[in-house]
Amino acid sequence: MPAPPQLRCCDASGCRSAGGQALRAALEGARDAAGLAADALTIKPVGCLRLCGSGPLVACDGPGPTQLFGGVAPEHAGALIAAGLPTSQAPGNGDPLAAHRLDLEAPFFALQQSVVLEGCGQVNPESIDDALSLGAYGQLRRVLEDLTPEQVRDEVRRSGLRGRGGAGYPTGLKWDTVALQPPGPRYVVCNADEGDPGAFMDRSVLESDPHRLIEGMAIAAYAVGAERGFVYVRAEYPLAIERLRLALQQARSRHLLGNHIHGTSFNLRLEVRVGAGAYVCGEETALLLSIQGQRGMPQPRPPFPAQSGLWGAPTLINNVETFTAVPAILRQGGDWYASIGTEHSKGTKVFALSGAVVNTGLVEVPMGTPLRTVVEVIGGGVPDGSPIKAVQTGGPSGGCIPAERLDTPVDYESLLELGSIMGSGGMVVMGSGTSMPEVARHFMGFSVNESCGKCVPCRAGTVQLAQLLDRFVERRATPADMERLDALCQMVKVTSLCGLGQSAPNPVLSTLRWFRHEYEAACREPAACLATGTVKR
Amino acid sequence: MTPTPPAAKLRLATVWLAGCSGCHMSFLDLDEFLFDLAEKVDVVFSPVGTDVKIYPENVDIALVEGAVANVDNLELALQLRQRTALVISFGDCAVTANVPGLRNLLDGGHDSARAVLERGYLELADATGQLPFAPGIVPELLPRVLPLHEVIPVDLFLPGCPPSAERIREAITPLLAGERPVQEGSAMLRFG
Amino acid sequence: MSVVTLNVNGQDVAVPAGASLLEATRAAEANVPTLCHLEGLTPVSACRLCLVEVEGSGKLLPACSTAAAEGMVVHTHTPRLKEYRRMTVELIFAEGNHVCAVCVANTHCELQDMAVTVGMDHSRFPYQYPQRSVDASHPQFTLDHNRCILCTRCVRVCDEIEGAHVWDIGSRGGQCHIVAGLDEPWGQVQACTSCGKCVDVCPTGALFRNSDTTAEKHPNTTLPALLRTAREQRRWHNQ
Repeated sequence: MPAPPQLRCCDASGCRSAGGQALRAALEGARDAAGLAADALTIKPVGCLRLCGSGPLVACDGPGPTQLFGGVAPEHAGALIAAGLPTSQAPGNGDPLAAHRLDLEAPFFALQQSVVLEGCGQVNPESIDDALSLGAYGQLRRVLEDLTPEQVRDEVRRSGLRGRGGAGYPTGLKWDTVALQPPGPRYVVCNADEGDPGAFMDRSVLESDPHRLIEGMAIAAYAVGAERGFVYVRAEYPLAIERLRLALQQARSRHLLGNHIHGTSFNLRLEVRVGAGAYVCGEETALLLSIQGQRGMPQPRPPFPAQSGLWGAPTLINNVETFTAVPAILRQGGDWYASIGTEHSKGTKVFALSGAVVNTGLVEVPMGTPLRTVVEVIGGGVPDGSPIKAVQTGGPSGGCIPAERLDTPVDYESLLELGSIMGSGGMVVMGSGTSMPEVARHFMGFSVNESCGKCVPCRAGTVQLAQLLDRFVERRATPADMERLDALCQMVKVTSLCGLGQSAPNPVLSTLRWFRHEYEAACREPAACLATGTVKR
Repeated sequence: MTPTPPAAKLRLATVWLAGCSGCHMSFLDLDEFLFDLAEKVDVVFSPVGTDVKIYPENVDIALVEGAVANVDNLELALQLRQRTALVISFGDCAVTANVPGLRNLLDGGHDSARAVLERGYLELADATGQLPFAPGIVPELLPRVLPLHEVIPVDLFLPGCPPSAERIREAITPLLAGERPVQEGSAMLRFG
Repeated sequence: MSVVTLNVNGQDVAVPAGASLLEATRAAEANVPTLCHLEGLTPVSACRLCLVEVEGSGKLLPACSTAAAEGMVVHTHTPRLKEYRRMTVELIFAEGNHVCAVCVANTHCELQDMAVTVGMDHSRFPYQYPQRSVDASHPQFTLDHNRCILCTRCVRVCDEIEGAHVWDIGSRGGQCHIVAGLDEPWGQVQACTSCGKCVDVCPTGALFRNSDTTAEKHPNTTLPALLRTAREQRRWHNQ
């Protein structure tokens, strides 16, 4: 018997803000008005359907192939209900949904490969039954029944998965390091303190498919021998927190968390910890202090959290996307995952595409996909058809990649070589009207506000850098300011205590590298600036 | 033996911007070294050495005391830079803005001139207080007090409040011989 | 006692296993400057003045919180380290309100000394003149935030040695400031024992005795190490 038709309505933050909830209520009303029973046409809230910029989005698994509609309003409810029914063949002239029909064969959808986002937009994030029916916790059960922790770690190691928080540390190696510490308590921690401007990957996963994250964390806890864990979510993500808490509660009630999970001796307590608005708490040592109720300030490493983390115990800390990739890796095998991507960057990566781009939304592509494919083909380029000027990756820790380097494959090493970083996955497209000194100042202002204030170069150096950048933006800089900018960027980069300070100069350094002429032109006397010979035209 | 003609004397200026004149008092503390100095330099502009009111051309060395706090300070600073080969920030006020710069703490540093005048002439005055206003006679305060090097390029820094006479002597002596002093260690560098 | 040997600026030194890189550089009389570090308190690596180059390490390492390891080759005064140290001290001067001439700690100030050490004759960074307050609510002591460099010695000595934890840090970035109790006036914090250790270890004139005026502060920074040794090893310095 074929599954009954269903309408999947995006109920993540993006589509909610575009009126998704009102639309869903209208759909339910229209269904009732049409005299249909709830099981004749399921109206299901789901997570992210990817093309966030065209929300609210509704996917229709009707009699024919799946259709996707965007930007639909409550008045379209009747037509959407009709689209889901077998009787409504070939809408006549005046199809009210014609302008809202999105082409699922378009590159934005066709070029994506869903691994982490597999369940996003499919599963009802608030229903564990729905998640279970789509296979959630299947790998946790299998792991507990059939695999030793070593075998799990082996699979992850073979997958080549690297940390998706930005730094790209090999995940299997990290799990091994925690597992091989002397006997005693261990912790698993999920870093969901996604704070980069332009990044909404982790938020989407948490809002769309929280059980997949919990399953990934539970597998990790089993693999490293932890019985307690935390998900550290920023307070600015209320819906994510709500759904995660609900999912944890549901998992506990089904004995997928707690004591004797799935009838084995494996125990795991998972809790949510909510941040208090500090970006720096995304830095792992600060995050761990914050979980322990202390002021979130980075600590010198070593010792690394894998050796001494929460309450001095070995602690595995991974990002949302890293944990969420784990169930698929165990299901399909590490070798399968390693077959995707490039030699040193395996698997897929989720990006949050935004800025001056036609298709704004969530994109999951194999590592190694050329940047141009992501921003021009999948993203559709700049809305007015003008050329892309640069792509910003990695937020305030990353840099701007110029248009002439768009053919670079997206992987950890290539982006680093260009003076940017993979980062957590924010990707902001910039059109020709964007001033690069202004971009640099914007991000430096962010770092000034978010510095924890512990070490001098970050606390005081970023303030001076921001003021220097003011001089360029306000066109009163001198050639000497250019030298000061260079020198202070270097100093802050190499002397700061943690990653925030060390990477705070990146937006300046990368724009100085690729768009130096814009800084020169911003000098009070550009001619004098060029005449010094220290700067090239 | 033919007598060598006396070498041309260096033209020395000392300048008093926004400071307490303590650096100049310290300069006078050079005591008998002043006699040696007088043989080697012509003091062409100085509040303690000449009555010249216009900063002259072709000055070799200028010791500039004080921060840049008003339009007269600013004008003189720009002028002396044009007319001087080697400019020395002389004392903490010139080097850091020091005590005169404390007014920058008022009004968040945006317009501390207005804030300091209102405090001094209105808030703390009796019933008849009024803001001084005499264009062309009383120089207008700059919104912010600046160290000398934020206004003009400076060639040498001689910190101290004031720099001791010894420190001044140790800085000047090599300059008279056409060399740069070694600015290292507590004897030469200490603020305060 | 096991020992590690390493090379500092071309000189071989041996230090007890577990010693910090800072102790190793001191064994070599390398004079690595420090501001936030104080013997007897937990290192925090905040001032970044003790960063050194260790061959084979891609990063500069803080000597105070890095363990000395066998075979390390350490350079403490390369041109770039000297330049970074000077920039660091300039940044500290520029971010606070440091006017040595009228400071209680004049002539006994570690920041003032540090400017000499790193050869700072002026600041290339404009002074910020932040708006900061003075807490004179305590009957014996005063906290002048204008002169605070956020080294957190007071926080640590009160927590680790006195056990009162009166001090902590509030806010973040350039707005960071030392707070007493739950961000109360110091004089109202009942946990304060008025022991004065914070005043004694403060490297600048931020914490001082009310009876002291310009250039009259005489800190005593040896106390924490003395007390720690006495407690942990039951040994006084004259024993």
